[in-house]
Amino acid sequence: MKKILGFAAAIALSLAIVPASAADKLKVGFVYVGPVGDHGWSYQHDQGRKAIEEKFGDKVETTYVEKVAEGPDAERAIERLARKGSKLIFTTSFGFMEPTLKVAKRFPDVKFEHATGYKRADNVSTYSSRFYEGRYIIGQIAAKQSKSGVAGYIASFPIPEVVRGINAFMLGAQSVNPDFKLKVVWVNSWFDPGKEADAAKVLIGQGADIVTQHTDSTAPLQIAQEQGVHGFGQASDMAAFAPKAQYTSIIDDWASYYINRTQAALDGTWKSEDTWGGLNEKMVVMADYTNLPDDVKKAAQETEAKIASGELHPFQGPITKQDGSVAVKEGETVAVGELLGMNWYVKGIDDQLPQ
Amino acid sequence: MDATQAVILTIITASTPLLLAAIGELVTERSGVLNLGVEGMMVMGAVCGFAAAYTTGNPYIGILAGVFGGVALAFFFAILTQTLATNQVATGLALTLLGLGLSGLIGESFVGLPGVKLQQLSIPFLSTIPFIGPILFGQDILVYASVALIFATTYVLFKTRVGLIIRSVGDNHNSAHALGYNVIAVRYACIMFGGACSGLAGAYLSLAYTPQWIENMTAGRGWVALALVVFSTWLPKRLAIGAYLFGAVWIMGLYVQALGFGIPSQFLSSLPYVVTIIALVIISGNKTLTRVNTPACIGQTFVPDR
Repeated sequence: MKKILGFAAAIALSLAIVPASAADKLKVGFVYVGPVGDHGWSYQHDQGRKAIEEKFGDKVETTYVEKVAEGPDAERAIERLARKGSKLIFTTSFGFMEPTLKVAKRFPDVKFEHATGYKRADNVSTYSSRFYEGRYIIGQIAAKQSKSGVAGYIASFPIPEVVRGINAFMLGAQSVNPDFKLKVVWVNSWFDPGKEADAAKVLIGQGADIVTQHTDSTAPLQIAQEQGVHGFGQASDMAAFAPKAQYTSIIDDWASYYINRTQAALDGTWKSEDTWGGLNEKMVVMADYTNLPDDVKKAAQETEAKIASGELHPFQGPITKQDGSVAVKEGETVAVGELLGMNWYVKGIDDQLPQ
Repeated sequence: MDATQAVILTIITASTPLLLAAIGELVTERSGVLNLGVEGMMVMGAVCGFAAAYTTGNPYIGILAGVFGGVALAFFFAILTQTLATNQVATGLALTLLGLGLSGLIGESFVGLPGVKLQQLSIPFLSTIPFIGPILFGQDILVYASVALIFATTYVLFKTRVGLIIRSVGDNHNSAHALGYNVIAVRYACIMFGGACSGLAGAYLSLAYTPQWIENMTAGRGWVALALVVFSTWLPKRLAIGAYLFGAVWIMGLYVQALGFGIPSQFLSSLPYVVTIIALVIISGNKTLTRVNTPACIGQTFVPDR
């Protein structure tokens, strides 16, 4: 299914690029993995793009290509943007990492920004958000609100970003209830509403009364509402889809970062950097806490404030890995490099990490 | 609701859109036309169904609108391939891209709106029978429609004169033409029937499966439906087996994962495809029968000599 989709996307590419015009404007290009209408990940990046347009008006011109499959198609899409004169290109999915670097080599005067990756070059910056900070908070909420003591986690691909989220959620939950159980289902897709809904039903059927997701559609939350359990939004505020089921949502707010980087490119001060902002930098924002008793809401807000101020780190020791070995000792936190390349589960997760 | 029942209900939901779309394509292909635009027609059905249901508040109007959306796109395909005699494969692929793009455009203002859910039927007494009640008597109308369509197409294709005409047009359009049948008209009708079924499948997605509109929400199900038609050797009952088998393995894959056995998820994700193909290849093992059931003129353009 994916291959054919990729094929279709390749044909679609030639149609999707908005024609370029004026020459003296800074052209900013965006490559999205999903449709801008997913109301999740790509939608939030597109909000950032719109913020650039609003802020800089005539000085910039933005272009985007949506629904670009991770893999060879991505390289073509990025290269096309560069050829068409984009001088600053944001590639917004982990799987675009190698394609971005390859194209960057061929276009040394174009600046590239790759989201959630870890490889940089002179003209390639990386940026990401510390979503895991939000996941720790929702883990705590889940453990407090769950009656069965079991949560279901719908995950996309076993990459460090997602694994880190699962661990952060579990650590948050364990800080409330050490015996909390977490069931993980990998759907091997960032965006397939039907499959995400199926996964939610299966998890609820196996006793989970909290459903959380690291996929981009609103379907799992809707299923949660339908079956009278609760969950959390992903990437954007999804309360409109499940007003009774959503406790809160981890919102990605790219606007300020995109504006800063565009400003730097305009001023000529752009440098290859690595940015990893969280609650403190307001790159991660929590949606309103709803459907929660006052004390749980208050505790969540306190945790949020503590993480933002740096008083609390979700990956604070002692942490034991799933295999029983020690990840970090008491009084230490997991090193940044280890966080970025995370490929192990913390103890207590009811799943084996796909390798 | 116990776990087995929940799983069976989920399997039915997962299989129904595949079944609906595939049965329409089966009839289209039986008449000798290969329409690769199932995905496009399906997604049009989804957006039209959602838009109408959201605007009127009535999911049944949504279903009609979904059918209309699928038929409209199919009609376009029919004009191109039958009247203007374009290449069916290229036109079908273009139809998918058109459907995906057009649905995104139509649906733009409907993104992020909560949908209207198609309710399950509730028959007094029957729906409350433990275990089998909700499975047999508590589905929504489209699930019953998909099952009814299987029997109806089997009957029409193999027991009626209309079916004989459709099959003869698909097997040898020159002979059918020589006998005085209007090949183009028959194919128009079958293409539109295919569009209607794909539209229903799309409406099922946006009204019952996940009641919302998101771009690209078919996520490749149209292609799966297309493959099922071929592997079922154009027989409706085998198609039903294939669709339910696919749905079952698909859901069991998720189920097994959630149990935490540690079987690689990539393997489980590919399993529905593998199992369905193997199963349908085995039951279609009779080569003569397969050759008899394959529409000989599939994909060929017919231009009547005047």
